[in-house]
Amino acid sequence: MNLIGFENYLWLGSALFCIGLLGVLVRRNVIILLMCIELMLNASNLLLVVFAKMFGNMNGHIFVFFSMLVAAAEVSVGLALIVLIYRKFKTIDSSFLDKLKG
Amino acid sequence: MDLANIAFIIFSAITLICALMVVLARNPIYSVIFLILTMFSLTGHYILLQAQFIAIINIIVYAGAIMVLFLFVLMLMNMNASNEPNKSILWKAVAVLIAAGGFIAMAAIYVKNMGDNSIVPTTESVSGQALPPDFGYVKPLGKLLFTDYVFPFEIASILFIAAMVGAVFLGSRGKSNNQTIN
Repeated sequence: MNLIGFENYLWLGSALFCIGLLGVLVRRNVIILLMCIELMLNASNLLLVVFAKMFGNMNGHIFVFFSMLVAAAEVSVGLALIVLIYRKFKTIDSSFLDKLKG
Repeated sequence: MDLANIAFIIFSAITLICALMVVLARNPIYSVIFLILTMFSLTGHYILLQAQFIAIINIIVYAGAIMVLFLFVLMLMNMNASNEPNKSILWKAVAVLIAAGGFIAMAAIYVKNMGDNSIVPTTESVSGQALPPDFGYVKPLGKLLFTDYVFPFEIASILFIAAMVGAVFLGSRGKSNNQTIN
């Protein structure tokens, strides 16, 4: 019995993605929302690596590399924005931040 | 049952449990710690999938850099479980329904196509050929990155400069705002 078939990774990746989705919907702390988005990105990264091995083609690894680069840039700017919001409003509750005007 | 299968089961269990704990933990610091554990178990998966370079990058960039950034910001704001906002029970139930519905939709697609070996192959690879011995190593990846993907690579450096300037600008603007208010 070989469990490291690709279908098991598909189950794992989609479960991980749905857990990230659940976190984005359930939590109200903006930092945790960002972390759950990271979780979803990691689920798709895992599946890209799986597909790279499935097709014997390393382009998938390059895609994962770029997705990590973009995630790093996104997190640095996002956290800077969150720190700014915290300094101004003293809260990072996402349901408080529903107005476009500060 | 060989060692790779046991490793797959253990890593999958750690991944899913820690990912659930990221969502369920009341204290945001615990969430970050569980997310780091998730990253480490995903690194184990990458090694099982012969993606050695991606595994190391995952440790260095995600667990090393991004998670430390999260931890710094959380500690800067002095977040803990007592001032953690909470959604209503009704919305939580709706969220669980949405997430479970998404999973069931994906599961339906997999189950429907499970017998078709061209969509969800259960064999080692689609082409039927064995993987090259240096699959996932740094050398072939570097060759690919600096020949076929050299233009996106340079664009990524511009993206990083933009992100760096943006983060520094936002940080300094917040500070000067604070000083004028005080």
